[in-house]
Amino acid sequence: MDLYRIPVGRVIEAIIDFLVDHLAFATRGFAAVTSTGIDWIVSALMYPPPIVVMVLFTALAWFLARNWKIGLFTFLGLFLIWNMQLWGATMSTLALILISTLIAVGIGIPMGILAALSQTAYKIITPILDIMQTMPAFVYLIPAIPFFGLGAVGAIFSTVVFSVPPCIRLTCLGIKQVPKELVEAADAFGSSKSQKLFKVQLPIAKTTIIAGINQTIMLALSMVVIAAMIGARGLGGEVWRAIQRLEMGRGFEAGIGIVIVAIILDRVMQQYGGKGQQAQQGE
Amino acid sequence: MEKIVVEDVYKVFGPSPEKGIEMMKQGVSKADILEKTKNTIGVAGVSFSVKEGEILVVMGLSGSGKSTLVRCLNRLINPTSGKIYVADTDVTALGPEELRQFRLKHLSMVFQNFALFPHRTVLDNVAYGLEIQNVELAKRRERAMEAIIQVGLKGNEDSYPAQLSGGMQQRVGLARALALDSDIMLMDEAFSALDPLIRSDMQDELLQLQDKMQKTIVFISHDLDEALKIGDRIVLMKDGFIVQSGTAEEILTNPADEYVAKFVQDVDMAKVITAESVMLKPKEMAYYETDGPKSALRKMRHSHISGIFVRKDRKLLGYVSAEDASEAIKRGDHTLEKVTQTDIETVSLDTPAVEIIPLLARSNYPIPVVDEAHRLKGVVIRGSLLAGLAERGTE
Repeated sequence: MDLYRIPVGRVIEAIIDFLVDHLAFATRGFAAVTSTGIDWIVSALMYPPPIVVMVLFTALAWFLARNWKIGLFTFLGLFLIWNMQLWGATMSTLALILISTLIAVGIGIPMGILAALSQTAYKIITPILDIMQTMPAFVYLIPAIPFFGLGAVGAIFSTVVFSVPPCIRLTCLGIKQVPKELVEAADAFGSSKSQKLFKVQLPIAKTTIIAGINQTIMLALSMVVIAAMIGARGLGGEVWRAIQRLEMGRGFEAGIGIVIVAIILDRVMQQYGGKGQQAQQGE
Repeated sequence: MEKIVVEDVYKVFGPSPEKGIEMMKQGVSKADILEKTKNTIGVAGVSFSVKEGEILVVMGLSGSGKSTLVRCLNRLINPTSGKIYVADTDVTALGPEELRQFRLKHLSMVFQNFALFPHRTVLDNVAYGLEIQNVELAKRRERAMEAIIQVGLKGNEDSYPAQLSGGMQQRVGLARALALDSDIMLMDEAFSALDPLIRSDMQDELLQLQDKMQKTIVFISHDLDEALKIGDRIVLMKDGFIVQSGTAEEILTNPADEYVAKFVQDVDMAKVITAESVMLKPKEMAYYETDGPKSALRKMRHSHISGIFVRKDRKLLGYVSAEDASEAIKRGDHTLEKVTQTDIETVSLDTPAVEIIPLLARSNYPIPVVDEAHRLKGVVIRGSLLAGLAERGTE
């Protein structure tokens, strides 16, 4: 006896096929633009001698974090990466993370604001985020290919989908956590909704929002290996190749490279988020 | 002139506010309404008015609806029914944009926990209301600085709120409201989060500022001493109703019901009772123009007192003790000129007892009570003060 099989997979496939048929021209256009963007960033990072880029990154890290330990770690970490001959791979990984984080933040912050200010939007967005976060990341790779083709852009698409939820959630949380009395004060002094948002709610939620962006970056980093399965280059590609050829040493080297990038980005973001707070907390 | 008129305002929170009001009017109790309809009564049919330039204190325990009521005035909370007129405008009928403009122009607010913006400096906090109105930068900084100087915070304008003490933070809150030049200030438990000593300082300062500004102030408080000190009139609330309204003395001497009586029984009488109500008529006086030491001493003996106040040109000049008068007689003086102490402490009719006690403790004469023209109206001696306090305390 055959039990009727509910065609979940077939329905989703039909929907995606339909979307691909009708939207592919737009997504392929987007892919072309983004792909050019990534190429530019990578070639800009690869153009000067690595030592110049190392110094620039060190200076940037020190400037954002105002902490010499983080500056020193940045320099030594990048030096090790260069020494392990992973410089090119690291630069393409950075470009990939930069672009996907920009897109994720560009989508995540407005969505977070919407969810914080409208109860209806909150009720719609929350379950979608739950699905996005629990669905295995590999699954996003499949539709990425028909929409964006093999390579970096498809990887960026799946990375954005995978990494945007914390940015939305923490933006929403940050705004909701602004003390009620402060919101009342803004209202009582006759602020319009946008004045209230930009002069009171967002600045006060800043630390939480930056924590969200930080998590988004970390998730994007954890996605680089998975994204390598559809042809994204970079450190993830190195790891993927090492797995296929069982090159243990090479695999660990690339893995250490990812860890170094993660630590630099995380510490810089944390310091940057916490810095404004310290001035306001008093001595 | 009436600046704020509140007519029959109700605020009911919950799924069916209209039903709540209906039951309220039928006399169903607050607890029963909550149980049957899940509606919470915030404010129940409140009417009162505030005159221009007056400080009205709305007083009640927590849960009495006083904070809800003050938020209805600027519609941070929308009243369920009733009318509120502020400066002859029906606030309840304003649309969102009109309401925003109206708040900008007329109503500023000071909050219990200060509600300062932590990411802005003191100056930028104070200038917030002006920034919202798009006042140009130089001008709003100038006006904000004026307000900061007014509240005595000059030199702190570049600090962040978290770097200031509680008292200083609330000065910033006050300055933020003052910078706006609105004619009405709503103060929601503005001083309740402060230490008692600082609270008392802030109350004094508010009264001093008010002497100059003459704003209309609605002040929310749960502290009766505070209400008595700063309120021109007091509205006492319980469970969303107004139980009694009137001047401090009306409420103290003539409480409307047992609730009010209980509320006022713990009042520190030493702060409320004034010199006028505990002074005695002076038994005798010496006249500088006609009395010499001898007649002054005779008056003292006759009235069994150990000293006498001297009057000149119908005004209080000083005090002569019996010993000094005897000395003068021995020396053969004919006038009181040499023996009259003129640097004596005096109090006015409305000086509270609490300020007279230390004077009595350090002087060896009764404390004279004088009016504006420096005429002697009475004297306070230890016995009369204690009797006055004891009598009110047990009522």
